[in-house]
Amino acid sequence: MRHIISLLMENEAGALSRVAGLFSARGYNIESLTVAPTEDPSLSRMTIVTRGSEAIIEQITKQLNKLIDVVKLADITEGRHLERELMLIKVRADNPSRREEIKRLADIFHGRILDVSDETYIVELTGNGQKLDAFIDALGPGAILETVRSGTTGVARGERTLHV
Amino acid sequence: MKLSGAEIVVQFLKDEGVEHVFGYPGGAVLHIYDAIFQQEELRHILVRHEQGAVHAADGYARSTGKPGVALVTSGPGATNAVTGIATAYMDSIPLVVLTGQVATPFIGSDAFQEVDAVGITRPCVKHNFLVRNLEDLAETLKKAFYIATTGRPGPVVVDIPKNVTDPNIKIDYAYPDRIEMRSYNPTVRGHTGQINRAVDMILDARRPMIYTGGGVVLGDGSEELVKFTRTLGYPITNTLMGLGAYPGTDRQFLGMLGMHGTYEANMAMHECDVLIAIGARFDDRVTGDVKQFCPEAKIIHIDIDPSSISKNVRVDVPIVGDIKHVLADMNRVIEASKKKPDEAALKRWWEQIEQWRAKDCLRYDRNSALIKPQYVIEKLWEVTGGDAFVTSDVGQHQMFTAQFYKFDQPRRWINSGGLGTMGFGLPAALGVQIAHPDATVACVTGEASIQMCIQELSTALQYMLPVKIVNLNNRYMGMVRQWQELFYESRYSHSYMDALPDFLKLAESYGHVGMRIEKPEDVEGALREAFAMKDRLVFMDFITDQTENVYPMIAAGKGHHEMHERELA
Repeated sequence: MRHIISLLMENEAGALSRVAGLFSARGYNIESLTVAPTEDPSLSRMTIVTRGSEAIIEQITKQLNKLIDVVKLADITEGRHLERELMLIKVRADNPSRREEIKRLADIFHGRILDVSDETYIVELTGNGQKLDAFIDALGPGAILETVRSGTTGVARGERTLHV
Repeated sequence: MKLSGAEIVVQFLKDEGVEHVFGYPGGAVLHIYDAIFQQEELRHILVRHEQGAVHAADGYARSTGKPGVALVTSGPGATNAVTGIATAYMDSIPLVVLTGQVATPFIGSDAFQEVDAVGITRPCVKHNFLVRNLEDLAETLKKAFYIATTGRPGPVVVDIPKNVTDPNIKIDYAYPDRIEMRSYNPTVRGHTGQINRAVDMILDARRPMIYTGGGVVLGDGSEELVKFTRTLGYPITNTLMGLGAYPGTDRQFLGMLGMHGTYEANMAMHECDVLIAIGARFDDRVTGDVKQFCPEAKIIHIDIDPSSISKNVRVDVPIVGDIKHVLADMNRVIEASKKKPDEAALKRWWEQIEQWRAKDCLRYDRNSALIKPQYVIEKLWEVTGGDAFVTSDVGQHQMFTAQFYKFDQPRRWINSGGLGTMGFGLPAALGVQIAHPDATVACVTGEASIQMCIQELSTALQYMLPVKIVNLNNRYMGMVRQWQELFYESRYSHSYMDALPDFLKLAESYGHVGMRIEKPEDVEGALREAFAMKDRLVFMDFITDQTENVYPMIAAGKGHHEMHERELA
């Protein structure tokens, strides 16, 4: 099962490597990992997407909680939640029909064209991972010059919050 | 009080109640060593290798319950310390290891004797710190001691760049006696509902078994455990790390369990209907094949570390908390309960256990013309009145000691259980002797293990530490040889010990007493003579039977009921 684990951690040098090291040392799977400071500059928020059986996910959350730098943690996939990923994708747009087609696809996916050159477009797209995958599929092989994805971030819906 | 960083390190350690630091100087810690030179209260023990410093601090910690402190320089000083740190980490021993670091402007420049000590030690510490600013030094040291000694204990490394200890830069210092950390609040009290559920299950048991580990020793829960076990009248086994938490000479004690555990302990595990696991972590050397582990049992698990619970084996009633508190709470609930253990069922259970015990699974050939290692340990136990601190290295001699030295008190059996570090025994014994100057300290070792930290014989002379070394010399890495005999058709690939030194002369050249014992009838006399020399280190080189194996044995990946036993004619 896929799980999204959100954690608040001390914004200290080395905190990221403690988490990454834990996953590699114990052989846990990391699908994606994002991290940035919060409104409180002493705290970072990290979002980890991982896969594993219930027993493994239980161990992952316990082991993460055991890290001294981790202040709080939640598996947001346990409840209703939102998840988003940002993608910047550079595509070949070197003739009028391709340019038109990409523009139309970007509109369908609620994407925005951020950069235009004689030969290329850069499209910005947010959504869950499946939506981004679908856009890549729709572009078809050969069109894509570069794909940059941020990895998933997420937050619980409603009143549930992860804060100190 | 205005102090330099180096002076803060020394003053802080004194304020924290530290009396001994085990270490080795070098460029990055010279300022600290200069501050040590200018005072007398904090005693520094100079070892011969940084691994020895950490093991000695570790032995000090295991035998006292107080945190051990080591001080090493940057680069190779730090990397040499890593084996010691990992050893302490695997056995949850509270240590604070101070490593020197190159000055902050040089960090990352591949400077002389620079390593990323925080990076290298990260996977084998409870936590570590790099102190970038002098202003953070005292608080960071306080955090290090707090983290090392609370919750599930463990080693903490504090990496201190040389410029942070600059003698010319002084700041105000006040000892921080309290520390708050929002991200670290270990649980102490167990959940009352869970404790009640557990006691209910315990009193309903018909074939109960108590299985306890190093957590009882570390958590000073021995007294509560003895009360718990005696009140219930249930059988108990200890892991390698848990020996001594329950008296080894007591009738309710079934011996150690696991790979080289007794037949009765392992069979009782296999057949029990309620397993009470206390401060134990279901290590693979204990469980064997987890699929066949305690097939009929409901499992209760008490541990301070939530991540130990249901890690290897799924448990039915988890209780997270400090062992001492939880056991005291359970004892109160048991006393107050109207329900009592089922005497008839318990009687039948003990009858079964006595049948297993009657197999005498630790028997060995007592008529051999060669010295049997088991015999040496039996005699060691007799000669020391069962009251010594005994350290060991790793291998057959370690298992023989665990089987044959009946520890009646906690913190007397000092060995590297988790990491299995050869070379641990001698430096650990030195740490124990420093902490307990008048106590009898024995180091049981083998001719392979002892050579891994033998340089510490020099430290022992310098500080006049009268440790007694019991070297079970079979000219083989005994445990490796045993596995090769059993699982590799006796192809003894590189498990022999050729070109051995003359240990008698070696001990003498280090300024100690050396003895060689070659006949069984000389064993007891030699031990008596050696232990009578209260102020000398004695190296006893026992020439033992080369072919002796440790039995019973559960091969890796087998169940508790699938033990190999010794075949005796």
